[in-house]
Amino acid sequence: MSSELVIFYVLAAGAVGFAIAMLLPPLGKNPIHSALSLIGSFFCLAALYAQLSAHLLAALQIIVYAGAVMVLFTFVIMLLNLAPDEIQPLKVTTTKVVGGVLALFIFGKLLTAIGLAAAGAVPVELVEGQGYGTVKVIGRMLYSTFMVPFELASVLLLVAAVGAVVLAKRSLSYVDRPAPPPAGLNQLANSPDQGGHDETHGDPGHH
Amino acid sequence: MTAIPLGHLLILGAILFSIGLVGVLTRRNMLVMLMSVEVMLNAVNLTLVAFSRYRGWTEGHVLAFFIIAVAAAEAAVGLAMVLSVFRLKQTVYIDDLKLLKR
Repeated sequence: MSSELVIFYVLAAGAVGFAIAMLLPPLGKNPIHSALSLIGSFFCLAALYAQLSAHLLAALQIIVYAGAVMVLFTFVIMLLNLAPDEIQPLKVTTTKVVGGVLALFIFGKLLTAIGLAAAGAVPVELVEGQGYGTVKVIGRMLYSTFMVPFELASVLLLVAAVGAVVLAKRSLSYVDRPAPPPAGLNQLANSPDQGGHDETHGDPGHH
Repeated sequence: MTAIPLGHLLILGAILFSIGLVGVLTRRNMLVMLMSVEVMLNAVNLTLVAFSRYRGWTEGHVLAFFIIAVAAAEAAVGLAMVLSVFRLKQTVYIDDLKLLKR
């Protein structure tokens, strides 16, 4: 067995192991442990991309996934700050059993498809000077053949950023309110929306 | 010349995709469900990278690039929705969101 294959098995075991640890107890019980476990899985996948000469994607995987997306996840988990008794225990229900069986069925289907696709596949030799998987080659392709999808992706990210701000904002009228009402009124105004009331204690200097 | 057989990479992708699917179907915590969706998207990315390595093409990398962009957008909007739902209902468990059931 070549060393490359050994490294692949180690990384694959890491990626799968961390992904399973994300879902099952003891790590899967707490969302923050799930998130940290998922970061480990992403790092293993980034190393796999590097092994497959996808250099740009390996860097993007760490910067965007393990960096930006997972920081967002951990940030939200810590912002919600669920108390230990609010974290529901994992229990087996009929829906979950059906879901597991369905996932197993789809996995079997995927395996048969892979058997057909992978039979006798031989990798092409990479030419040394062509820079396969580097920023230069992929960037050139992004700005020529895939120009329109690339611009659409930037619009999508802009819309997602604006949408996230609008969704996560407490309410629009809240911003326009010049001064906080007296304590009694404040209680009344916030009574249907208890979440807002809870968070007003967090940063009193803001209002 | 890579020594990793294509089948190994595709099976790893299938395993990761199935783990993500199990997570989406069985877990009831919205945050963990979103994380499972990320795992599924990563499995697809791995498959794309494996195929483009075996073909010597770059198109698969470009497609994986776009998937990463979409996943980032999805995570941002999804987490904002989780936040606003939590503000409204004080829960992140989808079993507690049964307003239409009554």
